Amino acid sequence: MLPSTFDYVAPTSLDEAVQALAAGAGDAKIMAGGQSLLPMMKLRLASPGMIIDLNGIAGLDTLEESDGMLRIGALVRHADLENSDLVRDRYPIIHDAAQHVADPLIRNRGTFCGSLAHGDPAGDWATVATTLGAELHAVGPNGAVVHSAHDFQTSMFETQLGMDQILVEARIPAPKAGQGSAYLKIERKVGDYAAAAVGVMIVLDGTTVTEASIGLTNVGPLTINATDAAASLVGKSIDDAAALEEAGRLAAEISEPSSDLRGPEEYKRDLVRVLTKRALRTAGARAQGKEA
Amino acid sequence: MSAPTVSTVDGAIGQSPKRVEDDRFIRGKGNYVDDVQLPGMLFMAIYRSPFAHATINSIDTSRAEAMPGVVACVTGDLLAQHGLAWMPTLAGDTQAVLATDKVRFQGQEVVCVIAKTAAQAEDALEGIDVDYDPLPVITDPKKALDADAPIIRSDLEGKTDNHIFTWESGDADATDRVFADADIVVKLDTLYPRIHPAPMETCGAVADYNKATGKMTIYLTSQAPHAHRTLFALVAGLPEQKIRIISPDVGGGFGNKVPIYPGYVVATAASLLIGKPVKWIESRTENLMSTGFARDYHMEGEIAATKDGKMLAVRANVLADHGAFNAQAQPSKWPAGFFNIATGSYDFQAAHCKVDGVYTNKAPGGIAYRCSFRVTEAAYLIERLVENLALQTGIDAAELRRKNFIQPDQFPYKSPMGWEYDSGDYEKALDIALDLVGYDELRKEQEEKRAKGEIMGIGFSSFTEIVGAGMSKICDIAGLAMIDSAELRIHPTGKGVLKLGVQSQGQGHETTFAQIVANELGIPYTDIAVEHGDTDHTPYGLGTYASRSTPTGGAATAIVARKLREKARQIAAHLLECAPDDLEFDSGTFSVKGSPEKSKTIQECIFGAYQSDLPDDMEKGFEDVTYYDAPEMTYPFGTYICVVDVDKGTGQVKVRKFVAVDDCGTRINPMIVDGQIHGGLTQGFGTAMMELISFDEDGNCFGGNFMDYLIPTAVESPDWTLGECTTPSPHHPFGAKGVGESPTVGSPQAFVNAVVDALHPYGITNIDMPLSSHKVWKVLRDNGVSDE
Amino acid sequence: MSDKVMVTTTVNGEECEALVEPRTLLVHMIRESLHLTGTHIGCDTTSCGACTVLLDGRPVKSCTILAVQANGRELATVEGLEAADGLSPVQEGFKEEHGLHCGYCTPGMMMTVTALLEENPNPSEDEIRKAISGNLCRCTGYVNIIKAVHYAAKKKEGAAA
Repeated sequence: MLPSTFDYVAPTSLDEAVQALAAGAGDAKIMAGGQSLLPMMKLRLASPGMIIDLNGIAGLDTLEESDGMLRIGALVRHADLENSDLVRDRYPIIHDAAQHVADPLIRNRGTFCGSLAHGDPAGDWATVATTLGAELHAVGPNGAVVHSAHDFQTSMFETQLGMDQILVEARIPAPKAGQGSAYLKIERKVGDYAAAAVGVMIVLDGTTVTEASIGLTNVGPLTINATDAAASLVGKSIDDAAALEEAGRLAAEISEPSSDLRGPEEYKRDLVRVLTKRALRTAGARAQGKEA
Repeated sequence: MSAPTVSTVDGAIGQSPKRVEDDRFIRGKGNYVDDVQLPGMLFMAIYRSPFAHATINSIDTSRAEAMPGVVACVTGDLLAQHGLAWMPTLAGDTQAVLATDKVRFQGQEVVCVIAKTAAQAEDALEGIDVDYDPLPVITDPKKALDADAPIIRSDLEGKTDNHIFTWESGDADATDRVFADADIVVKLDTLYPRIHPAPMETCGAVADYNKATGKMTIYLTSQAPHAHRTLFALVAGLPEQKIRIISPDVGGGFGNKVPIYPGYVVATAASLLIGKPVKWIESRTENLMSTGFARDYHMEGEIAATKDGKMLAVRANVLADHGAFNAQAQPSKWPAGFFNIATGSYDFQAAHCKVDGVYTNKAPGGIAYRCSFRVTEAAYLIERLVENLALQTGIDAAELRRKNFIQPDQFPYKSPMGWEYDSGDYEKALDIALDLVGYDELRKEQEEKRAKGEIMGIGFSSFTEIVGAGMSKICDIAGLAMIDSAELRIHPTGKGVLKLGVQSQGQGHETTFAQIVANELGIPYTDIAVEHGDTDHTPYGLGTYASRSTPTGGAATAIVARKLREKARQIAAHLLECAPDDLEFDSGTFSVKGSPEKSKTIQECIFGAYQSDLPDDMEKGFEDVTYYDAPEMTYPFGTYICVVDVDKGTGQVKVRKFVAVDDCGTRINPMIVDGQIHGGLTQGFGTAMMELISFDEDGNCFGGNFMDYLIPTAVESPDWTLGECTTPSPHHPFGAKGVGESPTVGSPQAFVNAVVDALHPYGITNIDMPLSSHKVWKVLRDNGVSDE
Repeated sequence: MSDKVMVTTTVNGEECEALVEPRTLLVHMIRESLHLTGTHIGCDTTSCGACTVLLDGRPVKSCTILAVQANGRELATVEGLEAADGLSPVQEGFKEEHGLHCGYCTPGMMMTVTALLEENPNPSEDEIRKAISGNLCRCTGYVNIIKAVHYAAKKKEGAAA
């Protein structure tokens, strides 16, 4: 099991990488961690003519909070997020998700930005990025471009990223006072994609929700931003069981899962309902400093 | 009972020395088939059918042949010229080596490409053009016997249906009479689904034909190298002395490496034709999609009982899905293996079972995955039935079992379907397990939880196995008696080599078999090197599967060592100038009864065997060989108890505690026995909770890689609480019964019984494996159980 | 380009060169060009971890990295675990606690554990279970692997003290 032949390019600057991508004329693929791309190439589900390896480009491994944004560079690995004190203390949803992306070995190699660029609705990071309202900074032949995480995926394995663009950094707004977040995933075993997963972010004033965001993983052809479910919470108490139930119901309603080996459609929909409630409770506790 | 005489020598039976084979494995110096690299070696890749059932109109390999590095493309037509397009299976059927007329399952072998590198061979698969006409597909064995079902085995002359065999055991009339009069009948209709052994190393071969000597050396992932040599001789027409099978280190077998697969045959034929070594290593996808699957038994079972829970009779009706070729691995006279052990641990008046095997458009197999020939399916059925009888009658699951156990004084026990159980003390194992799990408190907790709307369950399995085949009067494979062998040679310095017909795939034979010799001769186990797996250097044997190594090869080892001990006794008597009967033997020293200062060590006796001064009628040297034909099977048993908690929101089942009490007779190396049990329980957990090979109605296989075929990681795997009791086998030389498979045979039903127990308040009496969360969730929601 | 390229790596402390195609996977370079066959292959889908090696100290699946990506980097494989003064604590732990049966997953498993103990010298059972969850073992049920890690942690602690 090994890939078809391809040309390999290892640029040492972003400019070079952008040029190589342009030269690759649609037949080139960017590789950061390669943990989704290479498996597809080994199974010959993908056979790009050129691989442009970002790993030799300095400065793409930034993981820091500055100017009110968490900056995650193109070479920041899942494990870097999992092991970051900054992330654990201030972005619990990222810390939660990081522990459930693929498996620990893949997490040492795969990247946050690569996962977003892969455009897989089963990807955990797309949900996190959507839930936290990430800005996705790319470069192309005409310079910098910023995409929103909300409508980044356009179809299965397709994103707004142009064929000539490279995603170089994700920027996530720093948490506000009273913010809590959580990510809950049901997987059949370590390394599995989610049967369903839910990311939530809320901001509380006392116990009152002033802002909310909910993202859903692998329950539709695209990562889902459950805006109605989130909006239904605003103005409600996080301790209001009926409000949480309603948010869960709305999240389940907007999901469009398909039946597969992970379970029938109605199961996954109900998981969305249950996980939404549970994630909201955890996020609420965290917002109130009751739980790490 | 024949408990062993235990030596005090280093590594004797009952001690847990560390494994000698580990020294190479922990250094990365194991030698597996894929590690074999030979000069000039070519590589083979297999083009496989995308269809489950289709006529082959034409095969065009010309594009592939023109691709870089390609040496040859082998088709079924080419093999047919050498009489090799079809091969016999272990079950007496035939199997296409490469498809010629049509393909019969998705993933079937059609063309083999031989190239200079593995990459080139794989690349060239894209240059194979096959023209197919798809045919109707049968994946449901229940439809395989319909009158309008397409005939899968149109190659078999006169075949007009998809039926393979009907096999019955027991007394149908007597059983029916008991059922007719019974107070209570409990019924169960269940599927033991198709799963796969999935050892971490896939199957493979390196065939190396030497034209100058005419010798074919095959490095093979083989659990049965000697039997494979004979089969290669019969199939390929090669003289058997010119075939050498080397099964080097094997990365797990579990039954997967018992059959002969088409890839082995083509690699061998290619090496013969081309005159160069040819390597074929299966991908994981190929392993899961085409090599021996296990189970796939659709079972209907019933127990007849009195109102107060005395079980009277059991009957079973099974539809066995064998896939496109009957390539299951069972002793020849046993088309459904030992499924008629289905009376389990209980004393029934009457029993009957009937098994029908059918063809479907699925991969062939039905191998005994960590299982002694369908005992796994049988143990599952009886223990699931007993659980349901407990639920139906309201009798406590432990007490119901206790009430019906075969009692210690009934052994040897003749079962109503004809087996003679060697020994057992089932109640003892049950009591130890109840104590370890804290049963009374658990039932109280369950009651309290139920009152609060929380869901927990407790599941039992008090299984009895039948292993150690064994018994050549009833057991052979392809006509070869299921004996096994040991050849022991001790050199003048008292250190020697033990050569075995059985073969290790991780069981630790290099340690445990040396321990048997240590125990018998009083030589430290480290002084005995164990060799196995190379047919040119070991005596004939049928191999390692069905928990047979210790019952057969272990017995042979003890007996050959005893023969040599007797020779040593003669030598000691000669040297000490006494009668052999005047000598006592203990832990490596012969001493004159009553005069312990007059003694000779075994090493002195062995050295003596190579010196001039021997008794007149004695040959020099110190070696012997034994071929052991077991007089009876052995019957390991145990009680497992599983405790589960169910998440009402997600349907997830969490195994809180699992107690396993095993009685495998005498334990050679308790550390290794515990390790075998841990591993088998985890495989049983995988079977119960997540493993499955399924198909859609077009015959597309789901479960063809490790993203879909789920084997447990350290995170899902439960912790195991082990207990033990020891009831030696009366007929085995040192009382051992075999243990490798007890945990996979005994455990799946404990998980299922626990979940059924948990959900019984909602009217549930069965959930088929795997116990996926969504199935449990459905039960809960259908019964109005909310997540809160 | 798709022509063969020279890859220079430091493997177990020694500089090694190999001429490989760009598509050559790291595991194939290690096994076939460098003849270090202790690193194994168990699947096609980056699921099993039998091929785990350390790349600049981090455990990774060498079946899902291109050999060319290791150019100029440091690799550690099972063959490098044993030092002049004997087995590493992890190797010793696996033997002492019966943490292996068939030995096929063992090299990859030991590399993961070696890296774990560098980062976390005294892991809890849960931390160990999580850390090795990218490495499949079909034989042991993991129980004795966990014991082996505890053994190695204790041994390392003793050596450090």
